[in-house]
Amino acid sequence: MSYDPNFPHASSEYAEEPTTEPTDPRDEDSAEEAQERLSQVHATAGGTSGAVHGWDPDRPLLEVTDLDITFTTSGGEVPAVRGANLTVYPGQTVAIVGESGSGKTTTAMSVAGLLASNGRVSGGSIVFQDEDVSKASGKRIRQLRGDEIGMVPQDPMSNLNPLWKIGFQIKESLTANKVAKGKAADKRVVELLEEAGLPDAARRAKQYPHEFSGGMRQRALIAMGLAARPSLLIADEPTSALDVTVQRQILDHLDVLTGQLGIAVLLITHDLGLAAERAQHLVVMYRGQVVESGPALEILQNPQHPYTQRLIAAAPSLSSQRMVSSLHNRDEEPAGGRQPARAGRTDDVIVAENLTRVFDIRGGAPWVKAAPFTAVDDVSFTLKRGTTLGIVGESGSGKSTVAQMVLGLLPPTSGRVLFEGQDIGEKSKQELFALRRLMQPVFQNPYGSIDPTYSIFRTIEEPLRLHGTRSRSEREIRVRELLDQVALPAATMQRYPNELSGGQRQRIAVARALALRPEVLVLDEAVSALDVLVQDQVLALLNDLQAELDLSYVFITHDLAVVRQIADRTMVMETGRVVEHGATEEVFRSPQQEYTRRLLDAIPGGSIPLAGSGR
Amino acid sequence: MTHASETGGATTRRGQTHFVAPVDETPLQAVDALNTDVKPRSLWSQAWRDLRRNPMFIISAVLIAVVVAVAALPQLFSDLDPYAPGACQLSNSYGDPSPGHPFGFDQQGCDVYSRVIYGARPSVIVGVVTTLGVFLLGGLIGALAGWFGGWIDAILSRVTDVFFAIPLILAAIVVGQLFALNALTLAMILVLFGWTAIARIARGSVMSVMNSEFITASKALGASSSQNLFRHVVPNAVAPVIVTAMVNLGMYIVLEATLSFLGVGLPESTISWGADISNAQTGLYTRPELLFYPSGALAITILSFIMLGDAVRDALDPKTKKR
Repeated sequence: MSYDPNFPHASSEYAEEPTTEPTDPRDEDSAEEAQERLSQVHATAGGTSGAVHGWDPDRPLLEVTDLDITFTTSGGEVPAVRGANLTVYPGQTVAIVGESGSGKTTTAMSVAGLLASNGRVSGGSIVFQDEDVSKASGKRIRQLRGDEIGMVPQDPMSNLNPLWKIGFQIKESLTANKVAKGKAADKRVVELLEEAGLPDAARRAKQYPHEFSGGMRQRALIAMGLAARPSLLIADEPTSALDVTVQRQILDHLDVLTGQLGIAVLLITHDLGLAAERAQHLVVMYRGQVVESGPALEILQNPQHPYTQRLIAAAPSLSSQRMVSSLHNRDEEPAGGRQPARAGRTDDVIVAENLTRVFDIRGGAPWVKAAPFTAVDDVSFTLKRGTTLGIVGESGSGKSTVAQMVLGLLPPTSGRVLFEGQDIGEKSKQELFALRRLMQPVFQNPYGSIDPTYSIFRTIEEPLRLHGTRSRSEREIRVRELLDQVALPAATMQRYPNELSGGQRQRIAVARALALRPEVLVLDEAVSALDVLVQDQVLALLNDLQAELDLSYVFITHDLAVVRQIADRTMVMETGRVVEHGATEEVFRSPQQEYTRRLLDAIPGGSIPLAGSGR
Repeated sequence: MTHASETGGATTRRGQTHFVAPVDETPLQAVDALNTDVKPRSLWSQAWRDLRRNPMFIISAVLIAVVVAVAALPQLFSDLDPYAPGACQLSNSYGDPSPGHPFGFDQQGCDVYSRVIYGARPSVIVGVVTTLGVFLLGGLIGALAGWFGGWIDAILSRVTDVFFAIPLILAAIVVGQLFALNALTLAMILVLFGWTAIARIARGSVMSVMNSEFITASKALGASSSQNLFRHVVPNAVAPVIVTAMVNLGMYIVLEATLSFLGVGLPESTISWGADISNAQTGLYTRPELLFYPSGALAITILSFIMLGDAVRDALDPKTKKR
C-alpha cells in the first residue's frame, strides 16, 4: 500500500519554526461575523447568491456509478478504485473519508478529469449534470473545470505561484472561465477576496503569496475555486496543513459561503470527526472500495462495516479518555523486566525551571543589529516518573524548542533543566554522554528520522555500539528484543527504511530510542504524520511500553485530541508562553483560559455524541 | 449484494441510503502489517538493480570495458608497437591501407591503427585519475565547509570561488610549463584547478542532509561530530557528488585532447588522440580519413563515459525513482 508523501508533513516542514509571519486578524473571526460580512458583500456586489444554478434540488448533481480506475505502472495494471458509488445533490456537502492510499483523492480527481497521466477510468460512469464526464472530451472537461466544478487543493503553500500577485492569480481564473475581463475582473477579484474573508482585500490582492499566512493563502485559494461560481466544489483536505483554530475558521467560512451560494461540496478528508461535522452524507473508502456510505450521523453512531467501526474506534477526535494500557489489567510481571533501581532515582524525573530561549533573527548584513526573538518565555514544569506530560500548541508556540532544551541539544538563554535533580547545563561532556542513555527523542517525520542508507539492524544497534555493547551477538539479541517490543517481526532487521511504511518507520524510531533503556522519551509530534489507524496503533504501543518499562514521556503535539488519549498532565503553549497547565482531564473538562477553550472547540467532531441521536 | 437500511426517511434520497459493502468483498487487513515476502533491498542494491535494467548502462559499460582493456593492454589489440624505434618509415608516408595496416599510414609513415590503439592509455588515465582526484579533493573540501559552517565555511567557500574564477584550460597551460608532463602529472594539474564544481555540490548536499532528523537523533544518542559526519552524512550526501564527477569524466578527456591538440599537453613523444588529430590537419585535403580515426575513438570514449554518468544519475537520483 502506498503512503501519500504529501499528506501531513507538507505542514511539518514549517510547523515548528519560530514564525515571524504576520498574523491575520480575521483568522480570529467567528462564523457569525463571517456570515454578516458576507451578506454585506452580496448586497454591495449586486448579489449572486442563492440558486444561481437552475438545477432541480431533488435530482443528483453528481452521480458516480460503479467507478473503476486503473493505473498503469511498470509493475502492470493496478486497480486504484473498484466499483465506487457516490451521489451528490445540489447544495449538499458529501465527504469521502479514508486513509492514504484508499482511493479517495483518485475518485474525486476523476470527477474533475484530473487523473495522473497513467490513470484512466476503466469502468462505470461519472454523470455530472446528466453528462458523463468520464467520456467527455478534454476540451469539454476544461470548460466544466472552474466553470461548473471548482477545486480547493490541499497544500496552500505549494498551490500558489510565488512569482505572481494573489490578485493576478485569481483574475487568471476569472478570465480563463470567461467570467469577467479587464477592469471588471479586477473589481471582482477584490469582491471575491472579501467574500473569502480577507480584510483590506484591495491591498491584499496586490500582495505576493509569501506575504500571506497559511490560513490567508487557503482563503485566497477558496476565492479562486469559487471565482466562476461552480455548482460543485471539490475540496481535497483543504485544511489539513493548517493549525486547528485556523482550520475551524476556514471550514466555517466555507460552510457559510457554499451554503449561501447553493454550491455542493465534495470534501475529501482523513478525519472522520471533521467529515461527520461538516457533511450530511459520508462515503467511507478502504483499499479502493466504498465500504460504507450513508447519512453522516448515522454512520458515526451506527457503523455497520468492520472497517468503519475500526476507524471510529481509532479516531482521536472522537475519543474522550486516556488510553488504558492492556498491561494494567494483568497482574503478572511484564516480560521485558523492570529496570534495576539506579542510585539517584527521584520521582520528579525532569524539572524545567523558568526556561527561556531567545533567538537572534539575523537581518542581512553582519553590522545590522540582530533582532531578538523570544521563542520560549519562562516555561516551568515537572515530569513525574511513569507519567506523560503533553505539551500542546499551534505552530510557532515554541513547543519544539522546549523539547530541544530538555534534551540538552539547545542551551537555554536562562533557566535550567534538572534531570533527577541535576542540572544538565552544568554537566561535563562525559556526564552528558552518560545522560543521553536516559533521555531519548522520537521525531515527527517518519521519512527523515532514520538514516535511509542504514539497514534496520544497524539503525537500532547504533546506540548500543555508541554506548559500548561490544559483542555483535549481544547487540543482535537486544535488537530482536526491541523489534519484538515494537511489534515488528525479527526479519525486519535486514530491511531498509525505504521498504517500510510511515508507521513502521516510526516504530523503528521508537525501538532505537528504547535501545539504551532510557527513562524518558521526548516525543516531538511523533504520531502526527501517520494515518488514523496507524496513529492509534503507535499510541497504544507507546502506552503499553510506558506501563511495561516505567517510562516517562514528554509528548509534544498540535493535536489536542491525541493529548487526551495519552497524557496525564497537559501544558498548553501559545507564542512561547504557558497559558494553561494542569491534569489532562481538568484541562479538558474546565479549561480556564480563552485560548484553551478555542483550541478545544476547534477539535473537529468533538461535539458529536457517539450514542443517542441528534446534535 | 447490497443491503441498504432505510433510516431517517426525509433525509435519505436516491443514491444516499445507508450502504454497507459485504465484508468478504474487502477483507480487513491487519493495520500496517509488514510484507515479509519480498527480498530486502538497500538503496544501493536497488540502484544497482535499476542500473542493470537500463540499456544505456549496458551499452556504455561494454564500450568502457573495451576502451579500458585497450588502454591497459594495447599490445593485445595491435601487433605493431608505435613506440618501437623505426616504427615509422617515411617511405610509407600517406600509404594506403594494406594487410596488417587497416587504417593506412600518416604523413610520417606511422601505422595509424596502432597509434589509435596506443592513444587510448593517456586519455583514460587522465580521465579516471582526474575524476578520482577531483572527487576526493572537492568532496572533502565541500563536506568540511558544509559540515562545520561558520567561518570555516566562509574561508573554504571563498577559496573555492577564487579557484572557480581561474579558467581550467589556461591554468593547465601555464602550470603545465613548469613540469615535464606525463598523463599523471597532467591529471594532477587538472585536479588542482578542477575540484571547485564538485566542492560546491558536496557542500550543498552535506548541508541538506545535515538538517535531517536522523542526524539530530544521532546527536541525542551521544554520537560525536566526526562519527556523525562519516557514518551518516557522507553516505547520504555522496550520490549527487558521484553523479557529477562521472558526468565530468568525459570533460577531462576532452581537456587532455584539447591541450595535446594545442601542443601544450603531453609531450610529442607520447601518443595521444589530441596530438594525432592535430597532425592529421596537415593532410586534411589529401587524406581526410586520417582525421576521422583518432577523433572517432575520442568521441566514442567520451560518449560512453557520459552515458554511464547519465545512467548512474538515473539510478541514484531519488526524484526519478518510482516506488
